[in-house]
Amino acid sequence: MSMIAEFTKGIWKRNPILIIGIGICPTLAVSTSLSNALWMTLAATFVLVCSNILVSMVKGITPAHIRIPIFITIIATFVIIVELTLKAYQPSVYSALGIFIPLIVVNCIILGRAEEFASKNGIFASILDGLGMGLGFGLTLSLLAIIRETIGANKLLGYTLIKGYEPVGAMVAAPGAFFTLGLILWGINRIKAKGN
Amino acid sequence: MESKIFISILLATVLVNNYVLSQILGLCPFLGVSKKTETALGMGLSVIFVMTIASFFTHVVYQYLLIPFDLTYLRTLAFILIIASLVQLVEMILNKTAPSLYQALGIFLPLITTNCAVLGVAVLNIDSGFVGSNLGLLKSVVQGFGAGVGFTLALYLMAGIRERLELADIPENLKGLPITFICAGLMALSFLGFSGMKLFK
Repeated sequence: MSMIAEFTKGIWKRNPILIIGIGICPTLAVSTSLSNALWMTLAATFVLVCSNILVSMVKGITPAHIRIPIFITIIATFVIIVELTLKAYQPSVYSALGIFIPLIVVNCIILGRAEEFASKNGIFASILDGLGMGLGFGLTLSLLAIIRETIGANKLLGYTLIKGYEPVGAMVAAPGAFFTLGLILWGINRIKAKGN
Repeated sequence: MESKIFISILLATVLVNNYVLSQILGLCPFLGVSKKTETALGMGLSVIFVMTIASFFTHVVYQYLLIPFDLTYLRTLAFILIIASLVQLVEMILNKTAPSLYQALGIFLPLITTNCAVLGVAVLNIDSGFVGSNLGLLKSVVQGFGAGVGFTLALYLMAGIRERLELADIPENLKGLPITFICAGLMALSFLGFSGMKLFK
């Protein structure tokens, strides 16, 4: 596979959320507003790319039977970096994302890419793979956040959209997350079915 | 008065702040293991078990190891390693002492390490300010147990719905994950009703 394909496969063909179906918890929980979604994407992509680089570097010296604890430790290290940086420079983002920042550690996408890709491929390919997967994650997250924030809060990035429209509060709460992703997956299944 | 606090923590974690349906944690097993009620119950019991023990150990390690040595920034790393080794340990102990229970729960235990609800409850115990408070350790354990029970409740209900969905006439493209999400949304909507519940303080 060429280098460009490594980058673009995360956006649609191997989209972690829509096609493979992993990393759903942060997707649903953080897509309450577009700004949360973008910060989460930034944090997760940073961890993903850095852990991919490091896992790819140590792939030759990692004993196979303890590779998972090693990968988790690598990922947790970068998550702590993100946690401390956000806490120091963006305290409002830190409190809005709350528990979902430490939970990046158990985001299946990151461990999945370390195990499936970075531990078998070179550093440059791993960086592109991490960026592509992060972009796929971010686009899905943003799509969900735009739908939920528009309907549920009548706002987008702090601007009020339609004056006099009464927002549907349930859309920014948990039920709206499930409904929106369910309907998006329905649409994806339809597109896939038409393609065949 | 103390017992009231524990009851309100328990009710809050099981119903009002249900980990799956209102906080959106632990969705992977919620979607993966909810096809049959029997397996859902097995997974649920293992999660209750691991969450309760994990709450105890993470609380102890945080209070007596991380705080005295000023290492609280290592929280995430420490907790995930505790949970991973705890799951391994529980697996080995069960295998030796209670083989029948191990047979029933065995396949679910390794999956629990990556269940974000377990790490979630450990982190939330700290964020709730239980460390250092009166009877803090017991509060953490009760919250861990309640979180597990809430998870099991959601998982078991979902499995019951999905068993019926197998027989229902659903549009082809809606089958599988999409309809499961929509059902979960309806369940979450009903659990949203608990958020108006007033718990005695």
